[in-house]
Amino acid sequence: MIALLLCDLKLAFRAGGGFGLGLAFFLIVVTLVPFSVGPEPALLASIAPGVLWLGALLACLLSLDRLLALDYEDGTLDVLLTAPVPLEAAVTVKALAHWLTTSLPLVLAAPVLGVLLNLPEGGYVWLLISLAVGTPALSVIGTFGAALTVGIKRGGLLLSLLVLPLYVPTLIFGAEAARRGAAGLDPSTPLFMLAGITLGTIALMPFASAAVLRMGLR
Amino acid sequence: MSIWSYANPVKFLALSAKVQPVLWVAAAVSVTVGLLWGFFGTPDDFRQGSTVKIIYLHVPSALMAINAWFMMLVTSLIWLIRRHHVSALAAKAAAPVGLVMTLIALVTGAIWGQPMWGTWWAWDPRLTSFLILFLFYLGYIALWEAVEDPDTAADLTSVLCLVGSVFAILSRYAVQFWNQGLHQGTSVPVATGGRTVSDVFFYPLALSMVGFGLLFLALVLYRTGTEIRLRRTQALRVRMEKTA
Repeated sequence: MIALLLCDLKLAFRAGGGFGLGLAFFLIVVTLVPFSVGPEPALLASIAPGVLWLGALLACLLSLDRLLALDYEDGTLDVLLTAPVPLEAAVTVKALAHWLTTSLPLVLAAPVLGVLLNLPEGGYVWLLISLAVGTPALSVIGTFGAALTVGIKRGGLLLSLLVLPLYVPTLIFGAEAARRGAAGLDPSTPLFMLAGITLGTIALMPFASAAVLRMGLR
Repeated sequence: MSIWSYANPVKFLALSAKVQPVLWVAAAVSVTVGLLWGFFGTPDDFRQGSTVKIIYLHVPSALMAINAWFMMLVTSLIWLIRRHHVSALAAKAAAPVGLVMTLIALVTGAIWGQPMWGTWWAWDPRLTSFLILFLFYLGYIALWEAVEDPDTAADLTSVLCLVGSVFAILSRYAVQFWNQGLHQGTSVPVATGGRTVSDVFFYPLALSMVGFGLLFLALVLYRTGTEIRLRRTQALRVRMEKTA
């Protein structure tokens, strides 16, 4: 299990592009926002938590179609299917590797990008916390989407169509927690809901992902 | 003789061929009568004027949009557990019908909302969750189209339907949390039995709700039959290619 995780991490670091690409995409999205809505500081401050959340979500989505596709192409997935390790665990490790290589850098970069969007001072901590709590759910749900589309040629666009509606609850509670934090309100309720979604998806989604992989590769 | 014997496509087609004419006539009569009665036979609402009449289209389609997904959930479960092909094909056949019902509900809602709320669209919990339901239908149909092997496609879409149902419910409450809305409460709460609609409006509404239900049933039976025949022609074609 740990070997699998280490292998995935190493691949992500060495493959070049995969690792930094998400961060660069996040930066670009955030840079484009002032061009599209206008550079007024007050306006930017009010939309900053939501935009940062959306940017992180899209950057996370971007890397999903590589999550299982490469393993599918070189036959690693078939090996995993027949390995003595339960496929559910392997899928969870895949999601964890995705979170460590893609989402965690986004979480850490978000407060820095918050400066660009004039995020209110109290908002940084809550943005960081809400992203840290919410992004594991994004990775786990995304793994399910990647498992659904793994055998399909050019499944990238289909993947976004399938995964984005599933991201809705996470986005709502995550952005709401960040927004309340930035506005100086109590963000605990949406944060607890977000934590509930994350824990629930971590507990259940690997089974769905593994089931879908078995069906798709039969 | 149990209900499972109708999982046999031949028996299913025979029964559905017998039932369908009755269903079509009943659906056509109740939808036509319900809509005409609603449109010409009821007085204008004292506050909303004649715009209230779109309710006879809006409420039944919204009802069927949700029930279609529920039916797909049940048939998907049957496919996953008992692997009856008719069940999976019925889910496939229901999806576009549900998509259109959702679209009708969204469009009539916009047309109704414009004079009433002064806006075509509001990010209100009910509206938003319907839009998300619409996206779920799109994804479900797209996945059916994308996978080549029919059995694998049935498997994958079934799991997507299950997961989608959980997230649809979750989204429903998430958007409620996020924004309290303009949309009025339900007009016909089944659980409590109390109605906020007066009888004059209720009877034609109930009739068109029944009509839409029958119409949905007829459409799904018809489309399921088409899917079964499509599958057969495909099987025949494969066999011909092998022998040739």
